[in-house]
Order: sequence, then C-alpha cells, then structure tokens
Amino acid sequence: MAWRCGWRCYIYCVDLEYGGKMYNPSLTESILIRGGRVIDPAHGRDETADVLIVDGVIQAVGRLEFTAQCRVIEAEGLVVAPGLVDMHVHLREPGQEYKEDIASGTRAAAAGGVTSVACMPNTQPVADDLSVIGYIQERARQSGVVRVFPVGAITKGLQGQVLTEMGLLQRAGCVAFSDDGRPVSDSGVMRKALEYSRMFSALLIQHAEEPSLSGGCMHEGIVSSRLGLPGIPSESESVMVDRDIRLVALTGGRYHVAHLSTRQAVVAVEQARRQGLPVSCEVTPHHFSLTDEAVIGYDTDAKMSPPLRSTTDRQALLDGLAQGVITVIATDHAPHDEENKRVEFCRAANGVIGLETLLPVSLELVRDGVMSLSACLAAMSCHPARLLGIPHGTLEVGRAADVVLFDPEESWIVDARQMQSKSKNSCFHGRRVKGRVKQTLVAGRVVYTDEGR
Amino acid sequence: MRTAGNLWTRKHLLGMAGLSKEEIATLLDTAVSLREVNRREIKKVPTLRGKTIINLFFENSTRTRTSFELAGKRMSADVINMSVASSSVQKGETLLDTLANLQAMNPDVVVMRHPESGVLQFLANHLNTALVNAGDGRHEHPTQGLLDILTIQDHLPLLERDSFSGLVVAICGDVLHSRVARSNALGLKSLGAEVRFVGPSTLMPNQAEEAFGVTVHHRLEEGLAGAHVVMMLRLQNERMNSPYLPSVREYAEFWGLTRNRLRLADPKAIVMHPGPINRGVEISSEVVDDPDRSVILEQVANGLAVRMAVLYLLCGSGVRR
Ligand SMILES: [Zn+2]
Ligand SMILES: [Zn+2]
Repeated sequence: MAWRCGWRCYIYCVDLEYGGKMYNPSLTESILIRGGRVIDPAHGRDETADVLIVDGVIQAVGRLEFTAQCRVIEAEGLVVAPGLVDMHVHLREPGQEYKEDIASGTRAAAAGGVTSVACMPNTQPVADDLSVIGYIQERARQSGVVRVFPVGAITKGLQGQVLTEMGLLQRAGCVAFSDDGRPVSDSGVMRKALEYSRMFSALLIQHAEEPSLSGGCMHEGIVSSRLGLPGIPSESESVMVDRDIRLVALTGGRYHVAHLSTRQAVVAVEQARRQGLPVSCEVTPHHFSLTDEAVIGYDTDAKMSPPLRSTTDRQALLDGLAQGVITVIATDHAPHDEENKRVEFCRAANGVIGLETLLPVSLELVRDGVMSLSACLAAMSCHPARLLGIPHGTLEVGRAADVVLFDPEESWIVDARQMQSKSKNSCFHGRRVKGRVKQTLVAGRVVYTDEGR
Repeated sequence: MRTAGNLWTRKHLLGMAGLSKEEIATLLDTAVSLREVNRREIKKVPTLRGKTIINLFFENSTRTRTSFELAGKRMSADVINMSVASSSVQKGETLLDTLANLQAMNPDVVVMRHPESGVLQFLANHLNTALVNAGDGRHEHPTQGLLDILTIQDHLPLLERDSFSGLVVAICGDVLHSRVARSNALGLKSLGAEVRFVGPSTLMPNQAEEAFGVTVHHRLEEGLAGAHVVMMLRLQNERMNSPYLPSVREYAEFWGLTRNRLRLADPKAIVMHPGPINRGVEISSEVVDDPDRSVILEQVANGLAVRMAVLYLLCGSGVRR
C-alpha cells in the first residue's frame, strides 16, 4: 500500500484549495498521504484530501498536486485522522514490567492508532515525585514509540493525605494529576487538592468510587445476585461524583471523572457542565459496549474497577456521548499477567487492556448511530488533547504529524494473543469488530504498519 | 440400574442453574431408586467399583462431606477426603495448580466446596476432571437443592398436590448469603413452584424478584401466609453485630419460626432446614421436633440418596463425554 520513492527528495506541490500556493523545492524529508478521507475534528474537516508532511510537521492539507518524487502513502479507501490521544493508560513502568513496560505499552498504542498516551501514576514507586516523572520521561525517550505524557499523583504515595508538588511536577511535564486506582476519598483533602491545583490550572482526574460502598467485585444487580458475587452499587460512583462537583463549585478547580460508568454520574456531570463548572469526564470502550452480563461464567477478563454496569447505565453512557456530556473516550488500559487473572473471580485483579481495540470498538458507536465519525474521533483526539493542554490530536498545519490511517470497513476478530501488549487480559477477545489501523505515524515517522501481519 | 443415565449428558454438576425439568427428574428418579440401597441390610452395591472420588473441602462441613463420602462408599468407589489444612493451597500454590495436580491422579469425580462463588465454574473452564459443586460461596449448592426438592416431592401427596405446579415454597432468613436459597429457587422455579424469598432487607439479594422470578417479603408473617413448604435458612453468627443485623434477640423476635407463626402457613405445611440448626434463633425447638411438621431428618436421608445419584450419573453411567 505504501512505497518509497526515496527518503530525501525534491517536491513541488500546488495546494489547490488554498489558492494554488507554491512550495519551493527544498531538501527535505517529505511524505504525501494521498487520496484518503481526511477527518480533522478540531477544524471540522471531513473530505477527500491529501496530507503533506515535511520534516515531521504537517505542511498542507487539501487537494495537493505534486510533481516531484517523494514518499507517497496511498490512502484511497482509508480514513486519515489525527493520531489518537488516550488520556488514561497504565504502562506499569516502573515496577511491574512483567505486566507491561513503556516499550510494549507504546507499541500497543501505535498498533491501536494511538500516538499520545497519558500514563497513570500508580507505578511502583508511585509517580508522585520529580525523580519518578524524570525516569518515566527518560524511559519513554529511550524505548517509547509514541508520545508519553505522565500524569502525576495528587497525593504522595496515593495515600490520600499529603499533596504532591503539583507546581514542580507540572513544570516537569505532568499533564494532569490523579490518584487513579483509588479515589481521593477524604473530602477535606479533595477540597485542598482542587484549590491548590487551580493555581496552576492543573486538571485533577478522579477515580470516583466511595470505598465503603465498593467492597464487592462486580456491579450490584440481577447478575451479581444470580452469580452470588458481592456487588458494587452504582451509587458507589455517583455519591463521589456528586460530592466532588460540590467541591468544584466551592473551589473552581478543574475536575475530570475517569472511566464514568453510571447513569447517575452522567446526570451529575451534565448538570455541572450546564452550570458552567470546569467538569469533564471520560468513558471507556468496555463500559459503553458491555454490561455486567459479560461476567456470567465468572470471566475475570470482565472484571475491572468500576465494574461493567447495567443495561440502563450503558444506555446512559451512550446518550451522554451522543449529547456531548461525555467528551472523551479513554481506554483505562490496565495490563495484568495471568497470575493475577487466572484465579478465583473475587481474587482476580481489576482491569483490562484496551489500546489495540480502542478504535474498532469505538467505531461501533458510529455504526450504531450514536455519534458521527468526526465526533467519535474528536473524543479520542482533540478533546482529550485540549483537556491535557498538549498540542496534538489535530491535523492542523504546523503541528507535529501524528497521523493514523485506518480502513473503517475491514472486519476482523480480536485475538488477544496477537496483541503487542505484554498482557492478554482483553474483554474483547473473540469479538468481531470492524475498522483496522493500517499505519500510525508519530511526527511523520511510521511507528506501526499492518503490512506483514 | 435403570436407564436414567441415558438422559444425563452433563460432565459436571456446577449448579441448578440451567438444569432442565427433565434433568432434574432424572436426578431425582435415580436418587429414588438408589434410596432402596440405603434400606438394605448390607448397604453396599458394586456400581462404582474401581472409580475414584476426591472430596476437596476448603470449608468445614462435616455433614456434606460425610454425606458425599458415604454416598461414594456405598457404591464401592474409592473415596479420598482432602481438607484445606492438608492441601498445599496454603503454601502459596494457586487453586488451579492444586486442581491440576489432582487431575494428574486421574480421579473420576472431584467433589468440591469452596468459600468463593464461581470457583467451580472457573475450574471447569480450565480442567478436564468432572466436578461436583458441594457449595461455592453464596452461589450454589445443587445437591442440597436436589435433596430438598426430593423431600418436597415425597410430601406432595400429603399436601394433596400431584405436581410442583402452584406449590408455594417460602425460603426464609439470610437469603443474601445463602447458596441453599439460590439452588432451591432455581430448581423449584423450573419445576413450576411459586417461590418466596422472606427475610430482612439487609439480607436479601439485589433485585431478587427479577433475578430469580420469586416474590420478596420483608415480614415473616406475610411470607408464611398459605405456604405449603417453609424452608428456614441458617443464620451465620458473623452476621450479628454487623451492619446486617443488630442482635440475635431482634432477629429471633422478628424472624424466628415459632409454632404460632407456623399457623399462618398451610395447615399441612412442612418445615425444612438445611442444618446445622440454631435452635431458638431462626427456628424454635418446638417446631424442629414436631413430627407432624418437621422433615429435617428426611432431608438428611435424602441427601445421601441424591449424592449417590449424582456420583452415579457423573461416573460414566452411560453416554457421556
Ligand atoms: Zn481508575
Ligand atoms: Zn485506571
């Protein structure tokens, strides 16, 4: 599908759409992605067009005529979109490299069309300190194939007591703060965290779960009753979101709910946004596409926190996406090895991997008429990028050329064993999906191609 | 021994869920024919000679374990009892490893009890050995369900009924933590009985009506009204002085089955209990010892017959695997 016409070549292009602007031939490395359906939700673009990349930067988008030999990627029949931004990923490095590391996790991202990941701080040691953040950044430079943006802890050691050095951490590159894996449950601490982070306009990402209501191991409902498993009621999430929103109203801090899973929490976020509060939220592909019925048979790959919810909750998540209450789709990619998953259900670790199924499962939203393709891609590109304050998730001229090319029609069956991730705990294993990543580019460099797979 | 085995094609008995009316009938018919063995002078038949049954109990239960052990031995099987203390699970070995090791010894059936729901299903997904669920967490206890149903079936003529259809069964007490309640409800529902769950609201499964097709009652009197079968559940001590229940005194006052309260049920109603009984808590001694009402000892006898039937059918009685 792609072929090389020489790495360094002269180009001569005419951008018809922008009045036939001429480019001076110069010695550069350039790539032309030709004839795809170019969708850039940040700028409302959705048309058949070419994308010219010069020295890793997007140089032009439109009907481009070119005469010089340069590297051409034929994209006819493919969607050409901004590389996806996943704002909720667990890369497990440092500390649990047997589950995943930055190299394997970012390879999985690239295979899923994801070019920027925000990695959660519940590593060992916890990313609550400049040294750990520096280590992650250094490892990402050495071994990462996509962009890695660390999320710092809100409290030291995720202990929910002492705030981290958010100012210094932000300056060092942290794009948000979270104690993910557990909530900041003490109301006083959460209030202070929102007040403090506001000075830096930093985003706080809350794993919203009231601990005293979360003792179970699946959603509380008909299925948990039948299976005899202790349940976690929807209220475990909504009471925490309700409380936090009141604290946001008090403090003005920027607040983002991770992996929203319940109808009541969608309602709460909708009301907060209507009041103009700086509140946002994300949903995972597993929460919007599966329900607690996936647990029947005690499948530990259907165990995560928060749990898969009821049909009513799932429908509310779909409505929330359709109505723009939920603006972000994120994976909560949480690798676990077999030791932690091939055990009794209640003992099994929480979490599923998701980077390599993010795009095809999200495209089901488009097929099911929940949202347009452009809106769906926005939730995985420009929306999270804006929340994190990173200059990605768009095909804007002058920005780094992070691009995904995918075939929206190609049908395939998810096989966790074929995945790049070190761990195989996918809840979509065996699912027939549509939409396949063909190539992923970061700063104009191909970091994934499905050729030869 | 009859042709019932031909109707039985399952490899495991993991629960009552999913068992058809016909499968339940096959199990009960087999149990009835085997019950005769237990009444003989020499209570032993060679049916399962050369078969190996492992009883693997991760929770203490003298009754159920003994019942399975005797069931196997009466049919001449080799029965090995393993309790959690003598197994290697506590040395950090995973449950799957433990069972894989057992499987390597090639037993015909592993009978297992475990404190966590779904463990049997989990093992069945990964192993080949035939498994019998002797109670997993609060999920299911199918042989208890079967022995209770057999006991009820025996009493249908006395209750002036020719089938389970329309029979009212009140299952009373700590339904939330009860695998006995779940297995009974599932089995009785598929036979056409009307099942009530009766108990405090803190001890009731979420959305029980929809989950099990039962009615839910939070007053014992209401739940007992007109019932043909009153099944009392054991109240575990650890539920007391917890957010579930304030005290034994309060529980006994509102939820204990007394002779007076039993008058609300059908005049011929039978009273059941899976044991062990907390006399004076969930049930008064006068009811337990009332020969006209209590069928608790019949349950024990039927337990043996049902477990013989299960082992017989799972140990390759006919077309299987
Ligand atoms: Zn989380
Ligand atoms: Zn997470």
